Amino acid sequence: MQYVLLIYHGTSLTIPRPEDEQKRIYAEWAEVNKTPGFTGGLPLGLPENATTVRVQDGKTLTTDGPFVEIKEAIGGYAVLEADDLDAAIELAARIPPARLGGAIEIRPSETYW
Amino acid sequence: MTTLEQVFRDQWGRVLAALIGFLGDFDLAEEATQEAFAIAAERWPRDGAPANPGAWLVTTARNRAINRIRRDRTLAAKTHLLQVPQAAEDTMDATRVPDERLELIFTCCHPALALDAQVALTLRTLGGLSTGEIARAFLVPEPTMAQRLVRAKRKIKTAGIPFRVPPEHLLPDRLDGVLAVVYLIFNQGYSGRGDLAAEALWLGRALAELLPDEPEVHGLLALMLLLDARRQARFRGGELVLLADQDRSLLDTAEIAQGREALDRALALLGRGPYVVQAAIASLHADQPRDWPQIAALYDELSRLTGSPVVELNRAIAVAEAQGPQAGLEIVDRLPLENYHYLHATRGELLRRLGRTLEAREAYRRALTLVHDHAERRLLQRRLAELDSAAGPGTRPR
Repeated sequence: MQYVLLIYHGTSLTIPRPEDEQKRIYAEWAEVNKTPGFTGGLPLGLPENATTVRVQDGKTLTTDGPFVEIKEAIGGYAVLEADDLDAAIELAARIPPARLGGAIEIRPSETYW
Repeated sequence: MTTLEQVFRDQWGRVLAALIGFLGDFDLAEEATQEAFAIAAERWPRDGAPANPGAWLVTTARNRAINRIRRDRTLAAKTHLLQVPQAAEDTMDATRVPDERLELIFTCCHPALALDAQVALTLRTLGGLSTGEIARAFLVPEPTMAQRLVRAKRKIKTAGIPFRVPPEHLLPDRLDGVLAVVYLIFNQGYSGRGDLAAEALWLGRALAELLPDEPEVHGLLALMLLLDARRQARFRGGELVLLADQDRSLLDTAEIAQGREALDRALALLGRGPYVVQAAIASLHADQPRDWPQIAALYDELSRLTGSPVVELNRAIAVAEAQGPQAGLEIVDRLPLENYHYLHATRGELLRRLGRTLEAREAYRRALTLVHDHAERRLLQRRLAELDSAAGPGTRPR
């Protein structure tokens, strides 16, 4: 099955960490990236640099910041090809933000058209 | 229950599980199973039941499902059955019907499903309860319950929840989830809905048979049996009776014996988990006189296992019996359970025993503002009334 993983960083990007801890996080990411079936998305910039666009009555409304609250904003995404949800959960649990105050949301990919 | 109903009751979960395993689709499996049971209900009374009812039902349901898939090719595309196997026309022998109830219960109790959905799905698929029955047991409108079941089944399919017994490294966690669902069903039944308690016992027995080496499974079964043995004694004329006042002649001694047997099995497997310890406590409660120091020690162990203040409250009650009300009260007053009516009811009782009547009355009144269950409310009102009549208006404040 194909899953899209939405990565919420929580406080994992904003809290400064000692260098060795930061190195460990990068190493964990490297392990995750090596997992067969895992395809990381493009790295997202910080939500405070986001611009949100809505169209109402044909008029484009542009606002500063993410669609949801800054602390709830999405921090990244990835695509995972896995046998089933259990396999996806196991991989998601290894993505560093999951243990650093953030969370990973697993969404099955769907064909709508 | 008639024999036919009994057979249906025993076979439903097993037949449905086999069909889900075969078809990979809950809805299709449920329809086919229902059809097979309808055919049996019509034929068996007339022609007699087959030698192996389970195998007959699985074969019939499989054939129905296959015919249906053949009729409807688009449906076949939706299931994981790409190549439809030849329908087995002859009845399979019993040994060839795989028992996939464990796969089924682990799927229904998958943590990716909401707890209320896990409960509903377990009762529907393994217990064979109708949507209406489940809705009534949980006091929700039937369409709400139907929606809950539809949504859960859809999620299993679209999110890719596997139909399998979890591998070793996931098993302890997932088993905890399954046991929690069964115990929740039991407690729903224990607070009045007797039929659901029977359902939970049935599930507990099935689990003990399917996972004979898991001590907590036997622990849960033992706990439920030992609590259920007290069912008759718990109510008198619709009124809740406290453990200490229960008529011991109303205890179901056969059920206590079964419970202790399950507990022994759990202990023989070196079980020391929360269900085993709770069952050991329930077993001690069935003795007369009660060994309060031992009960308090087991609550201490349970408290360390669970870290739960509610367990500490129970420990306080046992300590009060073993060492006196003051020792119990000291534990109670440390607990962060300000909005829990049992805390205040317990305080009320301990304060009454210490002769601190005014404070006891206040504690009972606080408990009354927090209680929702009618039987519990009447019990508290009786305690308060007893306190008033015993103490009289002249009781001096401390």
